[in-house]
Amino acid sequence: MRKSDFDPVSKDIFNKRLKRLTLIIVVVFSILILRFWFLQVVNGHMYRAKSENNRIRILDIPPFRGMILDRNGEIFVDNRPSYDLYVIPEEVQDWEKLIINLNLLTGLDPESVKLKLNKEKRKPPFSPVCLKRDMSRNELAKIESHRFNLPGIIVKIASQRHYIYGKSASHILGYLGEINEKQLSSGRYVGNKSGDLIGKSGVEKKWQKYLNGIRGGEQVEVEAAGRIIRVIAQKQAIPGANVCLTIDKDLQAVAEKAMIGKRGAIVAMDPDNGQILVMVSSPSFDPNLFVEGIDETTWKEMALSKKFPLQNRALAGQYSPGSVFKIVVALAGLEEGVIDFGDEVVCNGIYKLGRSSFRCWKRGGHGKVNLYRALAESCDVYFYKLGEQLGIDRISEYARKFGLGEATGIDIGQEKRGLVPNRAWKLKKYGESWQGGETLSTVIGQSYVLVTPIQMVVAVAAVFNGGNIFEPQITRWVGKNEAEKIYEFVPVLKGNLGFRQENLEIVKKALIGVVNDPHGTGKRARFKNVTVAGKTGTVQVVTRKRQQELQKLNKDNEIPYKARDHAWFVAVAPAAKPRIAIAVLVEHGGHGGSTAAPIAREIISEAIKKNYIFREPR
Amino acid sequence: MFDRRLIQNFDWVLLLLLLFIATISIINLYSATYAIRNAGGAQVFTKQIYWFSIGFIVLFIMTSFNYYRLERFANAFYFLSIALLILVLIAGKVTSGSQRWLGFGPISFQPSELAKISVVMVLARFFSEEGGYREYRLRDLGRPFILIGIPTLLILKEPDLGTAILVVVVSASIILFVKINRKSLLIIVLTALSVAPFIWLNLKEYQQKRIMTFIRPDKDLFGAGYHIHQSKIAIGSGQVWGKGFLKGTQTKLHFLPEQHTDFAMSVLAEEWGFIGAALLLCLYLLLILWGLNIAKDSKDKFGSITAIGIVAFIFWQVVINVGMVTGLLPVVGIPLLLFSYGGSSLISTMAAMGLLMNISMRRFMFQGSYIPKK
Repeated sequence: MRKSDFDPVSKDIFNKRLKRLTLIIVVVFSILILRFWFLQVVNGHMYRAKSENNRIRILDIPPFRGMILDRNGEIFVDNRPSYDLYVIPEEVQDWEKLIINLNLLTGLDPESVKLKLNKEKRKPPFSPVCLKRDMSRNELAKIESHRFNLPGIIVKIASQRHYIYGKSASHILGYLGEINEKQLSSGRYVGNKSGDLIGKSGVEKKWQKYLNGIRGGEQVEVEAAGRIIRVIAQKQAIPGANVCLTIDKDLQAVAEKAMIGKRGAIVAMDPDNGQILVMVSSPSFDPNLFVEGIDETTWKEMALSKKFPLQNRALAGQYSPGSVFKIVVALAGLEEGVIDFGDEVVCNGIYKLGRSSFRCWKRGGHGKVNLYRALAESCDVYFYKLGEQLGIDRISEYARKFGLGEATGIDIGQEKRGLVPNRAWKLKKYGESWQGGETLSTVIGQSYVLVTPIQMVVAVAAVFNGGNIFEPQITRWVGKNEAEKIYEFVPVLKGNLGFRQENLEIVKKALIGVVNDPHGTGKRARFKNVTVAGKTGTVQVVTRKRQQELQKLNKDNEIPYKARDHAWFVAVAPAAKPRIAIAVLVEHGGHGGSTAAPIAREIISEAIKKNYIFREPR
Repeated sequence: MFDRRLIQNFDWVLLLLLLFIATISIINLYSATYAIRNAGGAQVFTKQIYWFSIGFIVLFIMTSFNYYRLERFANAFYFLSIALLILVLIAGKVTSGSQRWLGFGPISFQPSELAKISVVMVLARFFSEEGGYREYRLRDLGRPFILIGIPTLLILKEPDLGTAILVVVVSASIILFVKINRKSLLIIVLTALSVAPFIWLNLKEYQQKRIMTFIRPDKDLFGAGYHIHQSKIAIGSGQVWGKGFLKGTQTKLHFLPEQHTDFAMSVLAEEWGFIGAALLLCLYLLLILWGLNIAKDSKDKFGSITAIGIVAFIFWQVVINVGMVTGLLPVVGIPLLLFSYGGSSLISTMAAMGLLMNISMRRFMFQGSYIPKK
């Protein structure tokens, strides 16, 4: 008998406790088994879904954005490969060395690398982190040739929007920008998601839906570290549709060249259908900057610049029309029967209305002028008289017939309506009644009246195309190619001037005289073999008196830029059956005849070269 | 020399249960390391087969002597393990921030494994020395507390929180079993509660984080809560029948961490479903209940209390590990005994199982010779 052997009493107590212990253990194990029941049977579905979610990832296949072409199929905008530098953190052996090497090869700032890595710390170690987008050829070559020294570094090729001619036509084409929250939740961008680049202006915006294409996707199985094990399913992306514009690249280029160093706008249109051939707004910007990721300084410089490079002056620039407005007043006078072709007025350089006197631009006056001379030589006095006879309300009524004071309907930007004043408008706006002197200022295109270059081109086209007001359009077709179109150009006739043919002929003749008469103000747009018709306009920005004062103050006896006149020229060619209508505006360009008319001539010259003038252009 | 009754009394039930668990463990380890089979995973699998073979040899060695002798050597054994625990703090290998391993040439082992068994044995010896039944009061427990405290503190110093907790809960289980005075128990519990804040402040930051994660597991799914989150997904996604052998995606794609060690049970549950998990738990329950049966049949207190201590080991390791992988308990690095990969702990577990079998085989040694006291 050992000391530790049980005596019967303690044996009983032991056994009793063992029973209780057994019970406790069975209960605890039941809890454990119930726990498995709860996880696997009750919530099994939920956890199965979670495990699938863990395992299966959807990778994006971004679609190629459609190209933008000129009317002849020349590419304005396409996509080019962007070689992007990525690092797979898990595969890097020596971070210090890698960062130094990258700095030596590509000049990548070590701090920025660390910053980017920190930002994506939460990602699984096998998912690549982008270090640098769009490497140069040189950088790419260096990376490729040192690849063996850079474990973990990979180069991915992405598609990047490429505006081939940089600043050219940028106001038409527009630019891309990252989609914002508001746009995402608007429901208008189905299929886009955060981080996508979408059209923010111009054609890129107008045709965003078609240009964008349809995103594809890849269902892949990944392991915990993010490494792709296999591709389960794949859906190819569908590239976006191409957009063919009505713009002619060569005409556009000539117009842009003529505007270098100037501010202003040029619009050229086919007068028979409203197709825009040229649209220039100067200064311009390079939309490539927006794709590459514009830095804040450049952006601020652009957005806040007094030169407003982002504004499309052709649509949104509102200017006094100057003497170009005389076309409207002349037709109003003829239609209303206030004047006749033969009526003459003596211009001695000054016109008196009550106690005020109004000057003609030509000192000493034009002498005896009829309507033909009044337009061709742009006599102000003739129109002062006509204006007084017509009154502002009738003038404004006719201006509206030309589509002034309302949007032309071209929807590629923030189009402005301009302003056509009348009595009611002034009373409402200023609470004052209209003054007779204001009518006189209005007929020579000063005072309140404001127009945009695109309105002017539509108006001058109407005079020569039988009175048709077309909605200007910029798209010929949208689709995979010309044979597989989703959308095709259809001319939109908004209305007709409804004027008598003989009245139109009178004005047309006078406008031919503007260019072709020995005394015509627009003679610098003259061609030997093509009859160009047009009208010049010179807009005073400040009064002549003030202009002279400022000139004297300036040390080199020049008028300060801001005080110089705006120069207008509107034209059609050939006058008998116009193929092209043009409006040129040069801000602070001086005289319409000397600054704007030569620019129009250059464009017409190119149009002749490209057979727009002598042949059916379609 | 060799008693024939030993053969007759050989505990086939215990052996079968162990073989069963070992087989499931090896199959499961094959799957758990399948995805990394070319990166050392295959080695893990074959190594575990070796460890089990050695383990069974150790088990038989542990049955070859009468466990009565251990009662005499318990103290010496205890002091040896204390000495080794001190030695490991001086000359142990440092792996991932803790000093747990002692190396002797090619063999290395954790002295804390030895300490676990020796604490059970000294406690069994202490509580069996009293001839009759009594209720222990606080003043009687001074010696046991010291016996438990010294190795616990040494293990905490390594640090190895998991093993330290295990030593404490197993010892506590033994003390509770041998019956403690109710008032004394109350005092101990209150003292423990008042000391708790100081322990909290002395915990390592990662340990505090684990406990916080346990309280708010959804708070940090990619940081501290990641393990448990992924383990629950693995287990839950197994549903009733499992995804099939080698088909567990959580395992194969490495979403599940520590899959062949601490989270081996999650691998089983993912691939074999509720059926597999419940089966394994039932095997452990049977093992425990069988152990209690051995304690009941033992004719002496030392054997009985030792058996209960070993059962407590099995019980607590299963509960802590399974509780951890299912998100019922905070993450404590305790592998599932007999099931997770790991040589040192497997050998010590098998030694303990051998001791249990030893007690079982000698339960009828005194058949017919027992004369009740009048």
